[in-house]
Amino acid sequence: MILGPSNVGGKIETSFLIITAACVVLLIAVTATMLAFIWRYRRARSPVAEDVEEKLGLEIVLTVLPTVLVLGMFYFGWVDFDYIRNPPKDAMPIDVIARQWSWSFKYQNGRQTDTLRVPVGEPVKLIMTSEDVTHSFFIPAYRIKEDCVPGLKTHLWFNADQTGTFDIFCTEYCGLGHSHMRAKLIAMPAADFQKWYGTKEEAEGGSKGLELLQAKGCLGCHTTDGARKVGPTFRGLYGGKVTVTTNAKERTITADEAYLERSVRDPGADVVKGFPNIMPKLPVSDEELREIVGYLETLGQDDDHARRNGHAAHD
Amino acid sequence: MEEITAQYESFYHEKGRYKGILSWLMSTDHKRIGIQYLCALLAFFSIGVLLGLLMRLNLIMPGKIIGQETYNRVFSVHGIVMIFLFIIPGIPVAFGNFFLPIMIGARDVAFPRLNRFTWWTYLAGATLVVISLFAAGGAPDTGWTFYAPYSIRAKANITLAVAGVFVLGFSSILTGINFVTTIHRLRAPGVTWQNLPLFVWTLYATGWVQLLATPVLAITLIFIILGRVFGVGFFDPAKGGDPILYEHLFWTYSHPAVYIMILPAMGIISEVIPVFARKKIFGYRAVVYSALGIASVGYFVWGHHMFTSGMSDTARIIFSFITFLVAVPTGVKIFNWVGTLYKASIVGNAPMYFALTFIFLFSIGGLTGLIIGSLEPNLHLHGTYFIVAHFHYVMFGGVGFAILAGLHYWFPKMSGRMYEERPAKIGWFILFVGFNVLYFSMFILGYEGMPRRYFDYPPRYFTLHLVSTIGSWILAMGLAIIAGNLLSALFRGPKAPADPWGGRTLEWTIPSPPPAENFAETPVVRD
Repeated sequence: MILGPSNVGGKIETSFLIITAACVVLLIAVTATMLAFIWRYRRARSPVAEDVEEKLGLEIVLTVLPTVLVLGMFYFGWVDFDYIRNPPKDAMPIDVIARQWSWSFKYQNGRQTDTLRVPVGEPVKLIMTSEDVTHSFFIPAYRIKEDCVPGLKTHLWFNADQTGTFDIFCTEYCGLGHSHMRAKLIAMPAADFQKWYGTKEEAEGGSKGLELLQAKGCLGCHTTDGARKVGPTFRGLYGGKVTVTTNAKERTITADEAYLERSVRDPGADVVKGFPNIMPKLPVSDEELREIVGYLETLGQDDDHARRNGHAAHD
Repeated sequence: MEEITAQYESFYHEKGRYKGILSWLMSTDHKRIGIQYLCALLAFFSIGVLLGLLMRLNLIMPGKIIGQETYNRVFSVHGIVMIFLFIIPGIPVAFGNFFLPIMIGARDVAFPRLNRFTWWTYLAGATLVVISLFAAGGAPDTGWTFYAPYSIRAKANITLAVAGVFVLGFSSILTGINFVTTIHRLRAPGVTWQNLPLFVWTLYATGWVQLLATPVLAITLIFIILGRVFGVGFFDPAKGGDPILYEHLFWTYSHPAVYIMILPAMGIISEVIPVFARKKIFGYRAVVYSALGIASVGYFVWGHHMFTSGMSDTARIIFSFITFLVAVPTGVKIFNWVGTLYKASIVGNAPMYFALTFIFLFSIGGLTGLIIGSLEPNLHLHGTYFIVAHFHYVMFGGVGFAILAGLHYWFPKMSGRMYEERPAKIGWFILFVGFNVLYFSMFILGYEGMPRRYFDYPPRYFTLHLVSTIGSWILAMGLAIIAGNLLSALFRGPKAPADPWGGRTLEWTIPSPPPAENFAETPVVRD
């Protein structure tokens, strides 16, 4: 029995290793036999072939043997499957909402975030769906994944055994930003988790705007540190010059409040040069929009923004 | 064997009523049609290889050569070209067309004009697909699987590409009908179901799969077009549709399609190994029954592509169970090929090298198929590079190597010339090394969690991606040597005798290349 960073991960790893070991043994047996025959019965050593009488008994053995073997493998793939698929009744439910191209996690107390935080030692049940196309939620370290399908609720569950930060990937191709549709899972001590869980509606950066960007999944495509993702970065955006395409005409404008609000309300109106016109219209209240723009203002204008913008245009 | 007369007109000379290019396009001669298909397939294969190399190049320097959007189109077109234009029509239309009638002692297929029509249909479908790559809107970016709802919403030329694949499907169905009828009706005296060449047996099984499974694909593709053009919501939950329905319909065809690709490959291997082992295949009946077993059970395992789709757990268990059952006849075949080598007298020509490598690579492909067909490991490995590695071992290591075995085995018969053994074997060796460097590293990448269809990835996967890309260059070099050797043989090779290998099937009793009518007199086969 292998232990992993989570209860299900260890079971899946065990099953993988047993089945893989059986396959390796079979492969070696077949290959070794083949090579031995090639060596022993090559033309130089065996100038005349002998026709071998077919033996029904041997053929039956060669059919029954693989049947038993594969049924054994099926069993080891199945033995813990029910356990892995059926969450205990007391598991903490967390909603997972996938959209192009970000993840959103919603807790029972209404708290919403783009990083999945879970307590160590307590079962967690993920109830998953998608807002647009099919995605797949994958935690490589835990060895589990399940598709997020529009119009359907799917589920996963696990019990984190160790603290740590782990990758979350989208593994069902979902369009342009697929390879950047990643998030983090943070397994934290139960006490720390309760503390975080209790401090409702306060972002790590201390800003409501950042919390909204995380909750709405904006950071799936836009970064706050100046890196280029699916869309342009937020750092240094506010107050800077932006080259956009409006009604098929190119123009350079200043990224003021009006521009930023228009970009959220009607993303297709002004498309930043060098980036595709693919941002969806997300539901945002006036108050939320003010918070977001206010936060972008704090990311402010910095010196190398112009350089980065020029760089983006040449990509 | 009868004495072959020195003077005869090969099918290359006998042009029929038309001249120039029309003597090919308008021909109803199964050999001319087979040669045309082979040229088209190899052309599309080359395009697919180039796109694959471009993908590998991007993955060692994401964003430096091609952007994210281009990458998504490149892997989609790589898949569409390789699957629908190369490997699904593949062996049946090229080698099947050329050799099926000869191997059963017939002058042509049962419906020669229908055969010409399927060739035109293939060309039409291929043209539509090619137009979709260049027309305004851009090449498809959905992956070859066209998963809904993404394929309904995507802005690229999905409708055109899907229409092309729809037309190609008709070509496949009609070829299936033609071959099944030919095998039933046109066998020469003495050619019975008990001594039918194994390649013909696999074409027979394949024909039925093409006939029964392809209509499902046609319906699925029509649903996509209706969704895109008229907004019909078969797969749209907002309109009462279901995205998982698409996956079921798609894989109901596309899993049996795997057997359309691999069964005839197994047929080639079952021809090549006994010839170069200088003895009869071990367990002829077992090989036949296992082909029929694969062809029939293969319809009921499509769900193993959907273990993480949100399908019910009970369905997953049943699909996994049947998947393991279909492994049994495949294992039986491998045992029979290896068993044939026992007490043989093995001659080491290039076709045999490719055939024996097929056994090794296909075993890896098949055994890793068991790993991902298991319920628990699949939860981890689905949608990762492990899957990419697995199906390249089956498709390229299996079908691809079988095609190369067949290409060298039948090259003298088709072209009338001999190729050089040495460069063929050097090419084989480099290809084999490159193949494993390229694809085995993907097994490890997948095990470590690297998702497929990623343009960019966390830095910890870089080393294995680099190894894999270097493998792709070695592989390309191997392919280039093999192709160069065969091309030069086409023009400069020495004339081929009727039977350079000591073959036992009927194609080796007639001159190389064969006369237009195949046989001067209908042959009679005696056991």
